[in-house]
Amino acid sequence: MESAFKRIHWPKLLATILFAIVGLIFIMPFLWMISASFKLESDVLKFPIEWIPSTWNAVENYNEVWFGAKSFALYYWNSIKISVFTTIVSSVFSCFAAYAFAKINFKGRDLLFLVVLSTYMIPPQAIVIPQYLIYSSSGLIDSHLGLILLNSFSAFGTFMLRQFFVSVHDEVIESARMDGAGHIRTFFSIALPLIKPAIATYAILRFIWTWNDYQNPLIFLRSDSLYTIQIGIKQFADAHGSIFSLMMAAAVSAIVPLLIVFIIGQKQVIEGIALGGVKG
Amino acid sequence: MLLSKNQLRDNVAGYLFVAPMLLGSAVLILFPIVASFILSMTDWNFVTGLAGANFVGLDNFAALFSDSVFLKGLTNNFILLLVVPIGLFLSLILAVVINKGVYFKDTFKVIYFMPYISSTVAIALVFQVLFHPTQGPINQTLMALGIENVPGWIASTDWALVSVMLIIIWTQIGFQVILYIAALQNIPPQLYEAAEVDGASMWYKFKNITVPLVTPTTFLLLIQGIVSTFKVFDLIIVLTEGGPANSSTIPVLYMYQQAFEELKTGYASAISVILFLILVVITFLQWMGQKKWVNY
Repeated sequence: MESAFKRIHWPKLLATILFAIVGLIFIMPFLWMISASFKLESDVLKFPIEWIPSTWNAVENYNEVWFGAKSFALYYWNSIKISVFTTIVSSVFSCFAAYAFAKINFKGRDLLFLVVLSTYMIPPQAIVIPQYLIYSSSGLIDSHLGLILLNSFSAFGTFMLRQFFVSVHDEVIESARMDGAGHIRTFFSIALPLIKPAIATYAILRFIWTWNDYQNPLIFLRSDSLYTIQIGIKQFADAHGSIFSLMMAAAVSAIVPLLIVFIIGQKQVIEGIALGGVKG
Repeated sequence: MLLSKNQLRDNVAGYLFVAPMLLGSAVLILFPIVASFILSMTDWNFVTGLAGANFVGLDNFAALFSDSVFLKGLTNNFILLLVVPIGLFLSLILAVVINKGVYFKDTFKVIYFMPYISSTVAIALVFQVLFHPTQGPINQTLMALGIENVPGWIASTDWALVSVMLIIIWTQIGFQVILYIAALQNIPPQLYEAAEVDGASMWYKFKNITVPLVTPTTFLLLIQGIVSTFKVFDLIIVLTEGGPANSSTIPVLYMYQQAFEELKTGYASAISVILFLILVVITFLQWMGQKKWVNY
């Protein structure tokens, strides 16, 4: 008992308490958002702030967001579809390219790798106009397929996964090749399983970035029925701009599911970020 | 003979593996960047169609540098750069304490990381209400604390850009803290132990061990921070739309407005070319600077 008591490091405990308070202030915008989304509109801007609503209006607010004139259910479905497919397609393309750049000794490899890397430097905003022109002349405007393709060629993914393939020992690959396995089989049965955690990290990051993307859906989608959640909340806010409780319920609906994904995959996300030093 | 057959096989496999990535990048990224340069020298707009386009040389660029909104945006963008050093300073301090000084380290990482992964659109909508000049919770709190001249935040030409900057710092801190913690964990503990034997103070250790040894990360975050300020689109278009009176506009927003609202394709392309060139210069400086002042 006494020794357990001694093991508590008091300055550390004090710093923890202090940091808990700072952390609470830091996430106050989130707490306020959640609290406001449960309130009657007339209580939202009351001061002092009622952190726990005196009158609950949660069911009515969320009902209006999810099943009202602008249906979040549909926006959600669209966002899930686009994010899942973008993640899959982009991971597949990046994995293939990364493996070749790391483990296949083909002519012109370094030059081609440099070409892919150079695309990492190009900001999406500098190419959005020509992309729009290409899309409008090929019928990809206002389609989910177009939006999915737009984010499917990731230099970052290729670069990051290549690092992991490089760290797979050559002997492992070569012994498989000796046994007569072709590149395809070596890739699927030997190399890919070895870097699963890295792929998971990339996939989670790509999912989060696609889910939160506002600019591309804004420019490339036209029909309300195709809108993603990000366009959806903006539409909703424009329609209910002065009804803050509904706006906050919409914001919660956009943020919270992703926070859950993040908290489940936090280890992968945080390690991935630390590893790649990236910004989407 | 056998070797060359193997080599041939390797070549074919290699090209097949990289083909999707390479083709996609060529069509959707490399060709567009070249096209941007060409378009920036035309007076094309979406309305007249391709037939009505004329080559105008550098006229668009000349016009941009006497366009007061563009220049205002450029100035704002340079003011926006202030978020980088401020954010890095706060992040390093947070990272040092979280890394060694507190319990529940992982929980703190998650808390500070939350804004970074949250939808920017949703965050902008929340802050629109929080920053409401008369009834918003922030100003009500300030008034309750006895401050009489509360800022007008996003409704005021003096404060709109400041509001944007505060939100950027808030959303970026988590990302920077994570990278700093990763860097701190790579510092050999013996360095601190040796300094402790010599009776070094905490400040001394921070200044002479921690700060120099995390410079590669600081440098990376500095460059990335600078680059990202040139891309702050979602936040500004939802929060302020560049207003009031263009007080919070930046070039990327103006480019979007010129291209997709005014439909001036050529003129907007000139803005995107300038953005691209600025980022190329920054990347070049990064490449140069990395050799010069980063302690590995």
